[in-house]
Amino acid sequence: MDNLVEMQGITKRFPGVIANEDVDFELRPGEIHALLGENGAGKSTLMSVLAGLYKSEEGTMLVRGNPVSFNSPRDAIDLGIGMIHQHFTLIQSQTVTENILLGLDEPRFLMRLSHYDKQMVHVGDQFGLQVTPDAKIWQLSVGEQQRVEILKMLYRGVEVLIMDEPTSVLAPQEIDELFKTLRAMVAEGKSIVFISHKLHEVMTIADRITVLRQGKVTAARLDPKQSSKAELANLMVGRKVLFELEKTAKEPGDVVLDLQQVSADNDKRLPALHGVSLTVRSGEIVGVAGVAGNGQSELGEIITGLRSCTGGTILVGGNDVTNRSARTSINYGVAHVPEDRNHVGTAPNLSITDNIIMKKYRDPPLAKRTGLDRNAAQEMAKGLKEEYTILAPSVETPTRNLSGGNVQRVILARELSSQPTLLIAMQPTRGLDVGAIEGVQRLLLEQREAGAAILLVSEELEEIFSLSDRIVVIYEGEIVADGIEADAEKVGLLMTGGSKVHAKEPAA
Amino acid sequence: MDPVIILHAGIATGTVLLFATIGEIFTERSGIMNLGLEGMMLIGAMAAFSVTVATGNGWLGIVIAMLAGGALSMLHGVVTIHFQADQVVSGLALTFLGVGLALVLGDGLSSAGTISLLPKLTIPILSSIPVIGPIFFTDQSVLVYVGYLLIPFSWFYINRTRPGMHLRAVGENPSAADAMGVNVYRQRYAYVLVGGLLAGLSGATISLAVSPGWFSELTTGGLGWIAVGLVIFSAWDPWRAAFGAYAFGALRRTILDIQGPQLLLGLRNPFFFNPYYGFFLQMLPFLFVIIVLIIGSREAVRKRMGAPAALGLPYVRGERGL
Amino acid sequence: MSSTTAERRSFRWPLVLQIEPRIDSPRWLAPLVSLVAVILALVIGAVILAIIGGNPFRAYAHIAGAAFGSLGVFSDTLVKATPLIFTGTACAVAFKMKLWNIGAEGQFFMGALGAGVVILAGVVSEDASRFVTLLAMAVGGAVFGAAWGFIPGILKARLRVNEIITTLMLNYIAIALVNYFIFGVWSEGGFQMTRVFQRAAWLPRLSDLADQFPIMRGLTTHAGFIFAVIVAIVAWYILFRSLWGYEIRLIGDNPRAAAYAGINITRNTVLVLMLSGGIAGLGGMSEIAGVIHRLQGSISPGYGFTGIIIAWLAKLNPLIVIPVSILFGGLILAGREIQPAGVPRLIQGVILFMLIASEVFLRYRVRIVRKTA
Repeated sequence: MDNLVEMQGITKRFPGVIANEDVDFELRPGEIHALLGENGAGKSTLMSVLAGLYKSEEGTMLVRGNPVSFNSPRDAIDLGIGMIHQHFTLIQSQTVTENILLGLDEPRFLMRLSHYDKQMVHVGDQFGLQVTPDAKIWQLSVGEQQRVEILKMLYRGVEVLIMDEPTSVLAPQEIDELFKTLRAMVAEGKSIVFISHKLHEVMTIADRITVLRQGKVTAARLDPKQSSKAELANLMVGRKVLFELEKTAKEPGDVVLDLQQVSADNDKRLPALHGVSLTVRSGEIVGVAGVAGNGQSELGEIITGLRSCTGGTILVGGNDVTNRSARTSINYGVAHVPEDRNHVGTAPNLSITDNIIMKKYRDPPLAKRTGLDRNAAQEMAKGLKEEYTILAPSVETPTRNLSGGNVQRVILARELSSQPTLLIAMQPTRGLDVGAIEGVQRLLLEQREAGAAILLVSEELEEIFSLSDRIVVIYEGEIVADGIEADAEKVGLLMTGGSKVHAKEPAA
Repeated sequence: MDPVIILHAGIATGTVLLFATIGEIFTERSGIMNLGLEGMMLIGAMAAFSVTVATGNGWLGIVIAMLAGGALSMLHGVVTIHFQADQVVSGLALTFLGVGLALVLGDGLSSAGTISLLPKLTIPILSSIPVIGPIFFTDQSVLVYVGYLLIPFSWFYINRTRPGMHLRAVGENPSAADAMGVNVYRQRYAYVLVGGLLAGLSGATISLAVSPGWFSELTTGGLGWIAVGLVIFSAWDPWRAAFGAYAFGALRRTILDIQGPQLLLGLRNPFFFNPYYGFFLQMLPFLFVIIVLIIGSREAVRKRMGAPAALGLPYVRGERGL
Repeated sequence: MSSTTAERRSFRWPLVLQIEPRIDSPRWLAPLVSLVAVILALVIGAVILAIIGGNPFRAYAHIAGAAFGSLGVFSDTLVKATPLIFTGTACAVAFKMKLWNIGAEGQFFMGALGAGVVILAGVVSEDASRFVTLLAMAVGGAVFGAAWGFIPGILKARLRVNEIITTLMLNYIAIALVNYFIFGVWSEGGFQMTRVFQRAAWLPRLSDLADQFPIMRGLTTHAGFIFAVIVAIVAWYILFRSLWGYEIRLIGDNPRAAAYAGINITRNTVLVLMLSGGIAGLGGMSEIAGVIHRLQGSISPGYGFTGIIIAWLAKLNPLIVIPVSILFGGLILAGREIQPAGVPRLIQGVILFMLIASEVFLRYRVRIVRKTA
């Protein structure tokens, strides 16, 4: 069988880092070829080269046997290669049809939306994808938005679809649906590159697997039926990976966080939380499982004082912090590791020092009567830099120059060093490589040992299962389960509304 | 103090604001903020006046004025799009540059001579419509009618055409547009240029349709800044911009007229008897803009409309996700 | 065709120009880039002057001489620099928090009005001591200026109204307001000015010491200069050494992070704009008490706007504002005699443009790389 796509000897460099080094990759027609590797291994970069977003420094690409060179994504799409990114490339305020038509040369001038609306539905039916063409993107669920992205590519007649971490925002049932869709597309003659760091998914869906580690290929064209999880994990990371974390049995102490019938609105002034009640005790990790967008972000924000509630009471250590400021929460010992490291958790142009003292600058020894004691601040920063192994040239380096893992270490150093009574950890390991993930999880467990009450919100079910003492499921702003067992199927069902909704069967 | 006369006179000044505002709407919809309107307008006014004095041809004056505004806007474009400089400061720099350049090049123009305004037209049937006819379609400059046509055309272009959709996309989510093959840089340059051309036209309107002559900085007298405020008030919509621009023009005329009569609404007119109260009238346009902004901001929060999401943020291609 | 930012082929030689983001920059880079930018701007200004028929070398030489040539003119330069230090510092403080205070000009006027009110409305009696009078004037100036900063501050903090436009509009309103008082209330004989203030309202100047130090005869530098330098130093201290300054810098860099750290952004918005306005207001007071000695129509040839450029050139550091203001003071002083009248403004615009364009070199590095085919 001739290869549809061949990439030979691809090397791609960015300032300070070699993202891909002499990588070979091939794709057969009608297959699902998975590109496996941990975060930062170079998978997205490699496929971005194939999709025309980047140009490699070295190496060649062949499509249907002919050498090609792309100057822009459009060139790649013209040859039938399209990429769906991890972060959707959709215009929120425009409709489905407008988004699908984005970048195309037709219609010439007038939009004629009614005509194209019908066309979109027609194309969608071909592949079993249901769409509402005149809906605006911000009105759609994440799964529906992903469908629009897929349709965008299919409309352009791509034969090769590259999907970058497509399941990171989906619940288990939605993932099943996606896989059904992918298989249907393959049956229609499409080929798919599936980028992921999730072993079990890759083993389920892929026909062949290629593994990348730190920019190089460690194994190519593997048959999933003949590989084991451990083997693949080893290829991904290069050392034995511990699947079980050491967690001691612990009797939880007093209630630290007490949410009573809390309600809140989201940024669009729509209700995001309805009458949520939840407790977290000291020495306990409560894991909140849920698909992104079901109220978890708002939950974290109301506890830390970044959002106001429309009803209910929040008690921290017995103190009422409902609708009090962020400063109040901080004063009561609430630490917050936010979802958005770069736009909320740190000030990117300020130094590590300035970022680390963000919570403590009002108190001695940093605050003197004459102002800020810069030497004390630097000493503190240096100490924490060592303790938390933050890799950086110096404590005066701006945090925007640090890698994701190191930025997270800065945040953790800041939050954990204050010996919090309550720690709100929102997606703490998102986007980090395995080494960093282990480090973060270890730190969380250490805090648990020290008696902190921890509320962990994570989209990685495995993480929730391995870290939590108690598992809670949130769906559409309500707690639908409190203290459920670590069963992926049961939890997954609740994450998507359980028996309320039947997953739509795609056309066979 | 005849309302019809006031509104009629207000249309011309309103047209000046209209061109500048709609031009900036195009620019901001693509995600770039150009605060240098005052500078571009002044250069446009000066260019139009001097060219017309020199050649006697008002139409040539308009063309040169537009080109001047466009050239200046391209400076801003290069600095903000390619060099990713801060758009606010660049706009301010453009104002200094434009005003300074206009003053320098226009030195001596005030004694250069007089020009005749562009022709005025009265549209036959439309001018007989009661109330509206005498105001909008009677004895107005050609440029005013150009303005009338510009409003629906702009709206239609932005909302109902493919290039307009790309314009909106670039201003809302440039990386999405880029990923789909839309050349973000090129689009933004194009619409910054459009803004510059229209700002130049706006300046030309002052010299050729409103008050012929060169009065240094008083030629524009802050109109450029008022236009910036109107863009926000208009929620980036040409129709609302038109409403604001014409209302403003009428306000300006009212301020002038109100100082004339001895009796105002049957009562002793304070502005007639104490001319110093006129200073408070001078404040009115600017106060008006502030009030208009307050209304606009509250409404935006209420209706969840708002600026193009990427407005003011430089776009860098290929930035690695963090 | 578009390509990545990481690479841009400029020539088809074996040598290739590579533009890549800078990881970190050496400390000497920023001042060097600014210096080069200013020099380039002067060159461009010279070119423009030459094009329109002036003689740039003569113009620049004239400026240098007329601003720094002798003790007398240098003293005049310092006089011109004084209000600039105030407005430059005012702008730097606000910009540090990303509050675009374009209204320093209006706040300057209001400060002048405040100082004038103290004298003209008889708040202080005519035979009060110099110290009391000047103190009252300073308070008046600061309060009026701060009030003029409060308005856009509260509008932004509470109603999210864009401060660029409100501060700008308030400029025009302030000028009209001051004009009303000058013409309509305290006018001297119907002219565009009030009566001259009593001696106690005059800031001491160097020439006052002429009897003791003959060299100081005719030197117009007044105590306002010292005042300005002190205010700049205090502002620097606030921004870079105090807790409040840390909060301001944090908000300026990342407001969301600042909110997350528990900092009250609303309150700081109002306070910082009041501080900025107050400083500019003090500038107005200093000009009234040190130079003009009355209220009149033309108090400022755009000090508030020049302050913006100075603040940017000084990289928002009040200490650097001082020498930069002296430079610009010289430019304004000498520029008065240059025809045409718009030249100083033009040069200021070119300088600012070159400055912001040059900042790209702080973010990106250009390397010449030998490439084998």
